[in-house]
Amino acid sequence: MLKLIGQRLALGLVTLLLASALIFFTTTLLPGDFASAMLGQQATAENTAAIRAELGLDRPVLVRYLDWLSGAAHGDFGNSLASHRPVMEEIRPRLANTFFLAIYAALVAVPLSVFLGIMAAIRQGTVFDRGVNVGALLTISVPEFFLGYLLLMFLAAHYRIFPVLSVVNPSMPLYTRLYVTFLPMITLVLVIVAHMMRMTRASVLQVMASPYIEMAYLKGLPKWRVVVQHALPNALAPIVNVIALNLAYLVVGVVVVERVFVYPGMGQMLVDAVAKRNIPTVLACGLIFAVVFIALNILADVLSIMSNPRLRHPR
Amino acid sequence: MDRWEELQQAALNGRLSRRQFMARAAALGVTTSLATGVLAKAGYADDTPKQGGTLNIGIAGGSTTDSLDPTTYTDSMAFNVAFAIMNQLVETDPNNKQIPSLFKSWEASDGATKWVFKVQEATFHNGKSLDAEDIVYSINLHRGEGSKSGAASGLKPITDVKATDKMEVTITLSEGDADFLYPISDYHVLVVPKDFKDWSHPIGTGAYTFDSYQPGVSASVKRYADHWNKERGHVDEVNFTCINDTAQRMNAIVSGQVDIIHRVDTATIDLIKAVPTLALVMAHGGYHAIYAARCDMDPFKDPNLRKAVKYAIDREQLLKALFNGYGAIGNDSPIPPSDPYFNKDLEQTKYDPDKAKFYLKKATGTTKIVLSASDAAFNGAVDAALLFQANAKAAGLDFDVKKEPADGFWDNVWLKAPFCESYWGGRPAATQMFTTAYKSDAAWNETGYKVEAFDKLLAEAKKTVEEDKRAPMIKELQKMVHDDGGAIIPAFKDWVDATATKVKGYKPHSMFDLCNGRAAEKVWIDEA
Repeated sequence: MLKLIGQRLALGLVTLLLASALIFFTTTLLPGDFASAMLGQQATAENTAAIRAELGLDRPVLVRYLDWLSGAAHGDFGNSLASHRPVMEEIRPRLANTFFLAIYAALVAVPLSVFLGIMAAIRQGTVFDRGVNVGALLTISVPEFFLGYLLLMFLAAHYRIFPVLSVVNPSMPLYTRLYVTFLPMITLVLVIVAHMMRMTRASVLQVMASPYIEMAYLKGLPKWRVVVQHALPNALAPIVNVIALNLAYLVVGVVVVERVFVYPGMGQMLVDAVAKRNIPTVLACGLIFAVVFIALNILADVLSIMSNPRLRHPR
Repeated sequence: MDRWEELQQAALNGRLSRRQFMARAAALGVTTSLATGVLAKAGYADDTPKQGGTLNIGIAGGSTTDSLDPTTYTDSMAFNVAFAIMNQLVETDPNNKQIPSLFKSWEASDGATKWVFKVQEATFHNGKSLDAEDIVYSINLHRGEGSKSGAASGLKPITDVKATDKMEVTITLSEGDADFLYPISDYHVLVVPKDFKDWSHPIGTGAYTFDSYQPGVSASVKRYADHWNKERGHVDEVNFTCINDTAQRMNAIVSGQVDIIHRVDTATIDLIKAVPTLALVMAHGGYHAIYAARCDMDPFKDPNLRKAVKYAIDREQLLKALFNGYGAIGNDSPIPPSDPYFNKDLEQTKYDPDKAKFYLKKATGTTKIVLSASDAAFNGAVDAALLFQANAKAAGLDFDVKKEPADGFWDNVWLKAPFCESYWGGRPAATQMFTTAYKSDAAWNETGYKVEAFDKLLAEAKKTVEEDKRAPMIKELQKMVHDDGGAIIPAFKDWVDATATKVKGYKPHSMFDLCNGRAAEKVWIDEA
């Protein structure tokens, strides 16, 4: 099993290296560069050239890539082109915010969807099963910004239970933070629950068709024990994978929700950085997102290996 | 704008007496309590500023790439925060007149090439007192080879900035400019102590001291007790929250989470009108959308084709579509009706398919037109291009609309395409607007307008100090661009802000929204 995990880790590193090259070289394909994007309509040939020379944007691409890669390996992503401060210094508080919201949403969404999925599988075909399915499909079918606006309209603008703006700052106590970010959290939960819940239900039901489940019934076990103790362990692998995918989404895909709730996370930062061609920030965000994605997938792989006795104890 | 709004506007601008206002409001069937609310807002009731409280401003136009370095400002959030901390040399008042700030008086001589300024007594937040050397340093941040500043081109005519006395600065220009107070009041030109460089913690002479700033997220400033101007800086603390999302800005003010917003969404403006504790503040301004046809490129080399296009656009419709009617009709000159030099005698060009056809027939050479459109140019620009296209088609003028990506629009399309959408935020002085975009050698001459007579008259107007000679010249310049230029300007946009009624002293400003960026220091809070 250790060999399998080692393989996964090595593959992950290779993927990361490829991702870094992909991120770097695609950013060089973007039309325009920082100088012209920063100045916008105010750009003239002279002030554009001045900024370009100052930032070393006139060096060959390959040199810049190797330079950046060796820096990144040491945790140094260079300085932001806009503020001249180290990129990591600017990203850190935002990354913390993003992780905070992601973990908050995950802590609610994962237990909730697994629970709902199992319940739906146990009560397959009942009103409960149908209701949960339709409800989840509904929330996933509506665009997330619309969900956000709906929640805002009712819970913030009309009833004023929650604040409209999810502005957080580092000195905020935890409970205030949880309260302020409640609406974006719920929005994210509504978006990801459907996927995980339906996958749980489907894989549990699939296992339920196996002969050994029939055996369990014949032994006289109650249905919930059959599902939880006999079916669920064998249904775990696909569930874990879907959970990993959705957790990755919580980190890398929430820019729209961040914008709607004015939440200072990584997504907004990446969008601004791309629009202004602040390449060091784009690259750092890209790489961090790649790391999160790859790490979560490796974790999912490892967990599915561990949940599978044939892989856990290979002959 | 409906009549009630126009009336409020008049009251806020101080054009009506209290009695006149109440009478007209009653005639429109407006309740007395609502009308008195507007009067209080207009400052009729109590004009004495109250000190204290916290002011929350919801502001758009912020980005994580912003910085408080004065040479870098491109949008509202950064310079609004900066204005609270640092002062300008000369300010623009609500009627577009230049008024003293850190330059307390001035005198021009030698055909407006030599300007002598007296310096205001003030202390910086670090205790140092302001002198002429600080100002020379602050101006020079924007000058010289390789300057990145947006103010650089406006300050180019400066040949020398000298401290001629401890409290006196002398500026020499390469050519006379009676309007030099306008470029020197550019929003980038802010005063810091000599050799100051730490832009993450700026120090100025402003009404507030720096407290915290997260680019594109939030900022907060605290009242500076030793501020030199006792008429500014009334609240204890001002918080800026960046809200780029239009719907969220509206939600934030309606729910009371912020006290002031700008760039009100005119499509959902009724949300604000429905709340009695909120007030709208509107001002006619110089912001305009433009279709720039290059006079130096085919097909618009032919003036007849330019004329044809000008008659083929329905400006009324575009004003409604673009700004929901909150604005003024354009007449193909960049000088807005709110400008004191606005030429009222120009005939308004109207949508007229017959005239369009007439000029189209007279046009020689190719008449194949492609309009480069992108929402980068202004909000709803692609839709506006399609509307224009439909107008023109009905007038027998067929053209193609080419959608350009918003990304890199200013870099790859603007100034390069023969027919292209664009916008201007407006300039405080008419001569400044013409110098920036209509003079033959202007870097941003987007219409490729190169007319010798125009350049000469512009230089003449800039040199002339006497008002009675100057005004006709500037009016003639507008006529030239209107008759023959490549700018097709459908409409000017109003600035629409919203405030809680407890915010007092908030006056509309024709130059820019949020009291031309100085709302934080001008207003006070009166809960009563």
